[in-house]
Amino acid sequence: MDSDEEEVEVQRVPLSLRPEWSDVTPVSQNDGPNPVVPIAYKEEFSETMDYFRAVFLADERSIRSLHLTSEVIFLNPGNYTVWQFRRVILEALNADLQDELDFVEQVASDNSKNYQIWHHRRWVAEKLGPDAVSKELMFTKKIFLLDAKNYHAWSHRQWVLQELGGWENELDYCQQLLEDDIFNNSAWNQRYFVVTRSPLLGGLEAMRDSEVRYAVDAIISRPENESPWRYLRGLYKDDTQSWVNDPQVSSVCLKVLNSKSNFVFALSMLLDLLCHGFQPSKEFKDAVDALVPDPESSDSELAKTVCSLLEQVDPMRANYWKWRKRSLPAKTV
Amino acid sequence: MKEDLYLSLQPDTLPSFRHLIGSSEPLSTAGALTPLRSEANSSSDFINGYRMGEELEAEKHVNYILSVEKKKDDFESVVMEHIRINGAYWGLTTLDLLGKIGVVDSEEVVSWILKCQHESGGFGGNIGHDPHVLYTLSAIQILALFDKINVLDIDKVSNYIVGLQNEDGSFSGDMWGEVDTRFSYIAICSLALLHCLDKINVEKAVKYIVSCKNLDGGFGCTPGAESHAGQIFCCVAALAITGSLHQIDKDLLGWWLCERQVKSGGLNGRPEKLPDVCYSWWVLSSLTMIDRVHWIDKEKLVKYILDCQDKEKGGISDRPDDAVDVFHTYFGVAGLSLLEYPGLKAIDPAYALPVDVVNRIFFGR
Repeated sequence: MDSDEEEVEVQRVPLSLRPEWSDVTPVSQNDGPNPVVPIAYKEEFSETMDYFRAVFLADERSIRSLHLTSEVIFLNPGNYTVWQFRRVILEALNADLQDELDFVEQVASDNSKNYQIWHHRRWVAEKLGPDAVSKELMFTKKIFLLDAKNYHAWSHRQWVLQELGGWENELDYCQQLLEDDIFNNSAWNQRYFVVTRSPLLGGLEAMRDSEVRYAVDAIISRPENESPWRYLRGLYKDDTQSWVNDPQVSSVCLKVLNSKSNFVFALSMLLDLLCHGFQPSKEFKDAVDALVPDPESSDSELAKTVCSLLEQVDPMRANYWKWRKRSLPAKTV
Repeated sequence: MKEDLYLSLQPDTLPSFRHLIGSSEPLSTAGALTPLRSEANSSSDFINGYRMGEELEAEKHVNYILSVEKKKDDFESVVMEHIRINGAYWGLTTLDLLGKIGVVDSEEVVSWILKCQHESGGFGGNIGHDPHVLYTLSAIQILALFDKINVLDIDKVSNYIVGLQNEDGSFSGDMWGEVDTRFSYIAICSLALLHCLDKINVEKAVKYIVSCKNLDGGFGCTPGAESHAGQIFCCVAALAITGSLHQIDKDLLGWWLCERQVKSGGLNGRPEKLPDVCYSWWVLSSLTMIDRVHWIDKEKLVKYILDCQDKEKGGISDRPDDAVDVFHTYFGVAGLSLLEYPGLKAIDPAYALPVDVVNRIFFGR
């Protein structure tokens, strides 16, 4: 991949010396009537763009124009107009789109956060339809090896799954990514996406038990990780009562509180549970009291003690916890 | 490409401004600048408690923006030719927030903007470039800064945007059909600034945005996509402009947003990511719109932004000691404006324009 790019850089013959371009008059950038400072374009870039403008203005949908867009894209993959013209040419020539996927992959290897590349990739994949699935899943997987949170790649992968299919191994893939990095919020989001949207898994309710166990294990291993806490709450979407009543939820809070370290999210979830009518046993009160530095400041109301404690241990968000304390429902205990 | 920049509304960063500055020698205007810093010191108690030197280098930032055009050998600025209109918006809005937009030749800017318009009604990133809503919003915003929206053929521009709404209420960014909640925001913001919001199906547009809401209260680019502070800004602002903030779970989203503040005081855009000055805008504006900005530690964030300044040459970077660019200079100054830093004009969190500009458009001053 890299060698192709170097070829453009190192062995480049100026377009003005290539016979196939001898009939084209390059068109320079129109800088307006009185440019304050003439643009000092880097020579190679400048020449390529001048020839591009010429074929673009002439609307020349030819093989050489296609090759020229490749050159421009390697020099500046962010140029929106070039990509757009390339699609027009590909359509006109009825070009082989599998080759186009390979081209995009070459460009993406150095520019995986460029909007134009992903947009173009989707356009090609859409034209290829289900034939593109395995290549697209593999392509995004390669990107995730370099950056497991690449937003464009995740967006592309979700689009592929929903529009073209390929759900079969997606939950396993999420599992694998979370084994690599349990803090990867993108992988947690994808897991939720699969559990709620895969046509093969039976939906959120069918998956809840096993997913709750998965989230609880993740919390126990790293209680400071915000993602599995939010995931756990999300598993009870539209079913707050089950969340409040499920002993797996309250007991993971208790377990983390008793460990006496990294307990901010456990306190926070306990607070949410209390606000929704959870009746805490003495164990919960003892666990919280054991964390309060000054027993005097402990309140008879557990929710208030939790808020005060959060205010102390999470000073950055002290105002949020103060507000939570002020807005506790009347019936919390 | 720097970490997490890609979620800016714009496709790329690091623009240049070489056309946009008037005929006066940019650096020579420095002497005429009001020393904003002394105003800052006298006019507010907000920065009480900061050590000496932790101040906004307003004058240097103005000079930095004006001098970006001089970097003609900078390859980076050359390849950003195609998004110059976005760069112009960042730079000019920053100048306005700093009270210095008057040093720019507005006629030259306006005539250049009009040359970027395509026959479809949309705007390209520069003269001769293809239209996209990304550039169209920047064009409208720049004209708004100069009180020149009236030079537009409003029907032509608004029809271009209206034509990009899809059956499900979402918006495409251009004729090629890419869908993203960024484009919903851009369409809604642009049409509101043109007083044409009634030309689209607002109810469906709102419904689509709400379908992108996640379990954590945030929003992604499409339904099911991960919450990201940049997308959240787009969705919250679009809901704010359309009077639909009741669709947001403000407490849940507010907590997620204030969890973005990390130990250094800076904000990140997603869990476990590095802080970046650009989130001073995306996160703060969202918190402001849902009235939860007091949930973060404002003083620490002010200090973080100020620590990202180049105190010698001006400009603001993504993180302390990194290279500055106009994009981050804008987001840093805009963030400080939302934090009511003294000496800065107030910025509107939804329209991303100075409040006086927005008032002029909607209330005729």
